[in-house]
Amino acid sequence: MAPVLSSYRAIAGDGLWRNNQALVALLGLCPLLATTTTATNGLGMGLATTTVLVLSNLTISLVRNLVRPEVRLPVFVLVIASVVTVVELGMQAYFHELHKVLGLFIPLIVTNCAIIGRAEAFASRQPPDRALVDGLSIGIGFTLVLMTLGGLRELAGQGTLFHQAHLLLGEAARGFGLGLGPDFRGALVAILPPGAFIGLGLLIALKKGIDTRLARRRATPVRILPPRTIHE
Amino acid sequence: MRNNPILIAGYILGAFAVGGVGLVAVTHALTSERIAANERAATLRTMAAVLPAGHLDEDPLRDPIEVGAPDLLGGATTRIYRLRRDGEPLALVLDPVIPNGYMGPIKLLISVLADGTLGGVRVLAHKETPGLGDKIELAKSDWILGFTGKSLGNPPEGAWKVKRDGGVFDQFTGATVTPRSIVQAVRNTLRFVGEQGAALYDRPARTPGES
Repeated sequence: MAPVLSSYRAIAGDGLWRNNQALVALLGLCPLLATTTTATNGLGMGLATTTVLVLSNLTISLVRNLVRPEVRLPVFVLVIASVVTVVELGMQAYFHELHKVLGLFIPLIVTNCAIIGRAEAFASRQPPDRALVDGLSIGIGFTLVLMTLGGLRELAGQGTLFHQAHLLLGEAARGFGLGLGPDFRGALVAILPPGAFIGLGLLIALKKGIDTRLARRRATPVRILPPRTIHE
Repeated sequence: MRNNPILIAGYILGAFAVGGVGLVAVTHALTSERIAANERAATLRTMAAVLPAGHLDEDPLRDPIEVGAPDLLGGATTRIYRLRRDGEPLALVLDPVIPNGYMGPIKLLISVLADGTLGGVRVLAHKETPGLGDKIELAKSDWILGFTGKSLGNPPEGAWKVKRDGGVFDQFTGATVTPRSIVQAVRNTLRFVGEQGAALYDRPARTPGES
């Protein structure tokens, strides 16, 4: 049991942080840059992508021994396209307002390289349980970046956070949004496309910075510890 | 022949295509009713927004006509819903388009009551600059509510302009083109309704009009 769990933990760590598709692999930038004008939009797009990732990873892993290598890519594309269409219809039926905002970008999930990338690099070679964990953690990692970037741009651009959250989370979340008040003028550039690039750049730099600091902290004790243990 | 790998690969691909189409078809069948209801509800909600309370009759979507008046209403054809009470004209709801907004077309929804006054104006879709031109959305500013109750004589037709052009409607700081084009479009819609008058209510439903 323990090795299974630790392998899950490794997969989750890769998906959420070490191999984050948006910050490290820089995949799926089209939806990332286009839909992150607010935190709600980012979260909605992220959840849609995660759903597609989990379903496509699971399906592809289940049929991996059936699919011959010659037709594997067309089959992956077929599976992903079908799943995206199903998710889109589901959104139209159950999150109609949000679909009006994101609708243009949902079909583009098909072209998100992160999804076919995971299908090819992971799901087609791994058992279903691991593929499921991978899809889930890659998806959540992607969602967190989308939501953070959306939140940053929303906060800087119009001085609110989770404005219109009820589009995604239902009427109960109507008062959920935070605002800096009507006097906040906002930095227009954050909402415009350049703001997406700048914001993503800042997030990548932040992740690099954290990684470097962690690596330094991990490296130092190794050099200092041995003499101490000898003294004692 | 039976073990030809290309054929087997083809069968597999075919099977997946059939499976994928089947999955989409089933989902479509399961959700289409709900999606149609959602779209209807969304249209009704925006329609209710441009009408005074109590003006929405039992089925306002039932009685549409299409007219072609690109000069005044923008689009090649414009849909007009006619609302009546006990057979008497109550209001017209039109969806004109402004083809030349600052950044692209602006879609409007405008209701004109039977007495010629505006029931309300809303922007359905636009691409104006966020933070400047997008104050035409009710979510950003209540500027658009300023049209409610206005008519061609109130203010006089010459004053149907933004203040910078000598009219009565506010422009926004940093954005004049957007409000100017909306004021003009609303005035043109009122002109169209004024010219056509009661004839619009008399037309049989769903006949493509010739302006």
